[in-house]
Amino acid sequence: MQKDRELTEELAPALEQEEATDPFTLGGETFTSRLILGTGGLPSLDVLERVVRSSGTQLVTVALRRVEAAAGSAMLEVLSRCGVRLLPNTAGCQTAREAVLTAQLSREAFETDWVKLEVIGDDRTLLPDAVELMDAAEQLVADGFTVLAYTTDDPILGRRLADVGCAAVMPLGSPIGSGLGIRNPYNIALLREEVSVPVVLDAGIGTASDAALAMELGCDAVLLASAVTRAREPVQMALAMRQAVEGGRLAHGAGRIPRRWLAEASTSMQGLPEL
Amino acid sequence: MTISLTVNGSPVELADGTTVAALVEQRTSGHDRVAVARNGDVVPRSSWATTELAPGDRLEVLAPTAGG
Repeated sequence: MQKDRELTEELAPALEQEEATDPFTLGGETFTSRLILGTGGLPSLDVLERVVRSSGTQLVTVALRRVEAAAGSAMLEVLSRCGVRLLPNTAGCQTAREAVLTAQLSREAFETDWVKLEVIGDDRTLLPDAVELMDAAEQLVADGFTVLAYTTDDPILGRRLADVGCAAVMPLGSPIGSGLGIRNPYNIALLREEVSVPVVLDAGIGTASDAALAMELGCDAVLLASAVTRAREPVQMALAMRQAVEGGRLAHGAGRIPRRWLAEASTSMQGLPEL
Repeated sequence: MTISLTVNGSPVELADGTTVAALVEQRTSGHDRVAVARNGDVVPRSSWATTELAPGDRLEVLAPTAGG
């Protein structure tokens, strides 16, 4: 843990300099970090604070639950101290009606019209229900919400969500909490081409290379929770994700070389001696 | 006189005339940024003090927690 803290302090200035040149605009707000962090599943508020700081995130998701099961105001104090913006989710909602009401309650509680819209089809897969999702997205956009829609990796559904006014389209790489990474990179790249709003890879990230791949495919940001909160060393994994998102973004901008069937020498053959 | 209603899934008896504000006061010590739904609709904070609970009401009293 001490090592984590030292790592964060040592690397933060260099990362901040790079990030400052490549800001990311979402719902009219500008962020220098392209990592959005879910807060669920951490063992203590102390770890939460160190994870948030290590990740460099500026936007974290939160939820509403019955007060008997809720975290208490100390969690909000930690997040406030970290200076992050809150993004309420509609996790657990299975119908448009539930999701719309949850978003309205979140607006009342958190005083924000931003919402991570999540409408799932069942508890086993937690996969989005496309029909209910579209319905909820339309209602919430009409009600003035800034809707960040968690969706499948279907490029056409992503386009429909953007068309009805969602501020971001957030395709899954694989099911929530599965850690299976990005199962269909082709669809993610295609979806990126299909819409002009930000695309945020949301769900399925297992480790740093998954986050880097998302950025290399052209995603504007990555949203993850379990990959960090359930890692053996969450603070260290938060830093790994921060660097992976940075690295992936830089690589995307730099342009990867084409894949080839055969080798291409990087050392010139000109002047090769006859020995 | 008391009235029977449901709060966060459990049956409760409350004094007739209890307001949403009083219920929130009772239930949310240690919580900030509370939201209340009554029979499937949001009760805005500005209406808590003037909204009296009725027999059979279904209340959800919610507060922030960690989530992905």
